Amino acid sequence: MLEVKKLSKSFAGRQIIKDLSFNLADGQTMTVVGPSGAGKTTLLRIIAGLEAKDAGEILVAGQAYNPEKISVVFQDFNLFPNLTVLENITLAPKLVLKQSDLEAKKEAEDLLEKLQMLPYQNQYPYQLSGGQKQRVAIARALAMKPEILCYDEPTSALDPNLRQEVEKLILALKQSGQTQFIITHDLTFAQNVADQILELKAIGD
Amino acid sequence: MNYVMEILPALLAGTLMTLKIFFSTILLSLPLGVLVALGEMSKFKPVKYLVEFYVWIMRGTPLLLQLIFVFYGFPLINLVFPRYEAALFAFVLNYAAYFAEIFRGGLQSIDKGQFEAAQVLNLTKFQTMQKIVLPQVLKIVLPSIANEVINLVKDSSLVYVIGLGDLLRAGNVAMSRDVTLLPLVLVAIIYLALISACTIVQKRLEHHFSYYR
Repeated sequence: MLEVKKLSKSFAGRQIIKDLSFNLADGQTMTVVGPSGAGKTTLLRIIAGLEAKDAGEILVAGQAYNPEKISVVFQDFNLFPNLTVLENITLAPKLVLKQSDLEAKKEAEDLLEKLQMLPYQNQYPYQLSGGQKQRVAIARALAMKPEILCYDEPTSALDPNLRQEVEKLILALKQSGQTQFIITHDLTFAQNVADQILELKAIGD
Repeated sequence: MNYVMEILPALLAGTLMTLKIFFSTILLSLPLGVLVALGEMSKFKPVKYLVEFYVWIMRGTPLLLQLIFVFYGFPLINLVFPRYEAALFAFVLNYAAYFAEIFRGGLQSIDKGQFEAAQVLNLTKFQTMQKIVLPQVLKIVLPSIANEVINLVKDSSLVYVIGLGDLLRAGNVAMSRDVTLLPLVLVAIIYLALISACTIVQKRLEHHFSYYR
């Protein structure tokens, strides 16, 4: 369970998030919607540990925030261009989770198979389409066995067909019990995938 | 032909000195350049300013002058280096400063998203540098580094100023003694061969890194 209590953040004297509280139960999918400047991406960055909060508390499974429990699928995917698809996925499990080469490779292959990306395992990111890159980014995040999987605008870089594919994928992960936290500006998508929708408003509106 | 065979041993001995300076400088100044680049980007201001001052001095004064300072100037403060060590000291400090600027440019051109992706995967800073950042930086900086390496082959001829016998000096001695330009033609051919070898290595390395974009 992700618990956010009275979270606040400001940049250069401008309050972006003020006293925000919410809970995300295990296995649930939450989408965060709101206009530009409402602090959606800032909220995700704080939860992912990429940005410091000014005040408030974030608890994961009742304990103080531990970044190892959260993985992120970035808007631009941020795959490592010097590594193959397989290496992108196995790097952190080997170095951080101390999995053996064989174990990491086996788990990565299982994930790639589920995401229909196994034939691309030896390709480099530049050889993949936007949708394929996103699947690899999801596989890389899932390989860390996160308690919460966060997405930053997962549909924004994709055409309508691929948008539907991502929706299916997120629904499939939801069915498998994965807790998901999704930032999006796409209301239809947000409604289709969410158990809960959190609407942020620009402060001052 | 007999004359060429006669002066060749002296030229090859000079070439050996040139190669000694060249390889030792590369081996020491490249890693030092990476450290200096990291120092220039340090958030700890005293380190950043100190390193920037060092780079300013090294890039702001001629290498010839630095060689003279190290060999003739340092003994005034009781720091005495033998000729070869003095040359190496000056070359390594000078080239590390240039390499540092190239590495700094490469490091700053890596997308912030790469660091953030590594951070959310819980990689340590060292793992991020080793597995993600440096391999990408190397590809970016390779042409500029190769340029400096080629300059180094030619700059090594400056060691004559502190009395070391390199390739150019060997050619000069033969030219003055025998009153002919032929030794310098041979010197030019040897320099061209050395630089061609560097260019081949550069092309191979660029090819090696072309596996991704």
